[in-house]
Amino acid sequence: MKISHLVVQEIVHRRLNFLLAVFGVSVAIACLVGAATMLNAGEIQTEQAIRESKQAAEKAVRKSKQAAEKAGKQLQDEMRKITKGLGFNIVVLAEDEDLGAFHAEGTPTKTMPQEYVTRLAKSPIVVINHLLPIVTRKIEWPEAKQTIVLTGTRGEVPQAHRDLKKPLLDLVPPGKIVLGHHLHTSQNLKPGDTLTLKQRKFEVLKCHPERGSVDDVTAWLNLEEAQEMLGMQNLVNAILALECNCATVDRVAEIRGEIAKVLPGTKVLERGRKALARAEARNKAKKSADRAVAEAEASGTRLMADAEASGARLMADRQELTSVMVPVAMIGSFAWIALLALGNSRQRRSEIGILRAIGLGSRQVLVLFLGKALLVGLTGGAIGYAIGFLAGSRWGAAVDADLYQARWLVTALLLAPLLSAAASWIPALLASRQDPAVVLQEQ
Amino acid sequence: MLISLDHVTKTYRGNDQPVVAVNDVSVEVAAGEFVAVVGPSGCGKTTLLLVAGGLLGPDSGEVQIDLQDPYALSADQRARFRAERIGFVFQQFHLVPYLSVLDNVLAPALVTGERDAADRALALIDRFGLSDRRNHRPGQLSTGERQRVALARALLNDPRVILADEPTGNLDGENSEDVLQALQTFANDGGAVLLVTHDPDAVAFAGRTVTLDNGQVAMQTGQEKVASD
Repeated sequence: MKISHLVVQEIVHRRLNFLLAVFGVSVAIACLVGAATMLNAGEIQTEQAIRESKQAAEKAVRKSKQAAEKAGKQLQDEMRKITKGLGFNIVVLAEDEDLGAFHAEGTPTKTMPQEYVTRLAKSPIVVINHLLPIVTRKIEWPEAKQTIVLTGTRGEVPQAHRDLKKPLLDLVPPGKIVLGHHLHTSQNLKPGDTLTLKQRKFEVLKCHPERGSVDDVTAWLNLEEAQEMLGMQNLVNAILALECNCATVDRVAEIRGEIAKVLPGTKVLERGRKALARAEARNKAKKSADRAVAEAEASGTRLMADAEASGARLMADRQELTSVMVPVAMIGSFAWIALLALGNSRQRRSEIGILRAIGLGSRQVLVLFLGKALLVGLTGGAIGYAIGFLAGSRWGAAVDADLYQARWLVTALLLAPLLSAAASWIPALLASRQDPAVVLQEQ
Repeated sequence: MLISLDHVTKTYRGNDQPVVAVNDVSVEVAAGEFVAVVGPSGCGKTTLLLVAGGLLGPDSGEVQIDLQDPYALSADQRARFRAERIGFVFQQFHLVPYLSVLDNVLAPALVTGERDAADRALALIDRFGLSDRRNHRPGQLSTGERQRVALARALLNDPRVILADEPTGNLDGENSEDVLQALQTFANDGGAVLLVTHDPDAVAFAGRTVTLDNGQVAMQTGQEKVASD
């Protein structure tokens, strides 16, 4: 027979004492494991909530950003179109152009070879975005008995060293005509109608709204057709250089200088301060779009921060609860087991007395009690772990994550026997030091 | 001598006056001898038995069991010495309530750990007519059966000495005789029995009687019965 047999037999004999001790250990371990599982579940839940908030915020930011960018682009495009009228940023005129007449008439009168446009386009000037060669002249529209400005344009001339930009003035195809506001309203014309100009028939391509400028009495034709009508084949009388990077006055001077290098003798005029206004308008549109995006991002960041703070608060509350509950449960369990062990050692006084008398050493008696305590701890630890894990999983959070952590099972199965053995230590020591002579004399 | 108490004195010092339980007592029991210690209650009989059993150290005097002074040993050595050399039998039996008859008989083997202990235990159980009771708990046995279990337990490690304290105190005549007969047999087999009793029938079994009075030997009577060896 071995001591372990004695331990098991005694447990079977005094089941209630054993079960009560197991209950005490189970409660303590269940509190510990339950709290740990709950905290673990809380962490996972918080991380999940933050992740979801982040995803929602990112989605919202993305959506807002896309909307803002779209709105910004629309705004910029609108702004670009609206400010197109301001577009004669730089005008290159023929060398012999009389500037006085030009200013007085509003249209150039001298010509220069069309090849100048090509030369300018092939030059390495990078400060000009759009090059538009035109022929323009004030003429009589005999069929309508009106004085009009006839402008021939072929649209933008691609610059050799740059990507093709979106053209500011649409190319007017041959046989088509674009009319200013006064012209189409006075003649009651609309797109698709046909008109006769100097005995040539044109289909109305487009009718411009009122601009309150010379554009209202301008008719735009295909460059070649206009040149032919005006007897100015291979000639142009102005090259418009639009959307120059000319945020400052000095910068315009630079542009003028650069053009002069390519086309010496030509006259370069800045058409007022319109470029600056246009750039500012576009910048404001861009800023407005950027601000909308930034606000969307800030809103997302706030959402995430709120979710994190909420999670942190929840975790702090739970940690506070467990930091009180677990030690109380441990101390309570310790006292409970100690009392039960003390009661058990008193109950077994006679038994221990005779076992000592027949030769059991104090160490064997100690093993007898501590062995029982270890079994109480192991059983209570296993039961407590199961209860704590289930309770923690159920109450912790509604998460699908696997909350099982081997370290808590190991902790429970190590801590519980330690707790039980520590609580039983003093009663076991008292029992092992029991004087058998005293017990036998009492009988 | 298997039991030798030489001028042993034991005094209890409690809160009241010190009580001299055993006062300068000398008793010797040789192998094969069955000695009864009698006397009125409180005369020191049980104290003498505990001193002889290595359970209660004397204040003075010398104790020898099987030529060994148990009090010269450490506590653990003394415990093992008791398990190997001395068998105890008590009036209250002192069986472990949750162990079966077999396990109770085997209890001394917890100390010695001998492999053939189970066989010897079964033989003893059979010898004392308890074979059909070997799996019963003490609570399921009659008083006579319990005392026989206690006797079997005392004999498991084949001791040299048996110390019995009122072993027939709770038994009827037939059971008393069985127990006394067993003790007699043990003595006849070369052991030494020191029996503390009030029972005249038990005294009749003893070869020699030591009468204690007030902690002192008042009288010794009877023939010494010494084993041939």
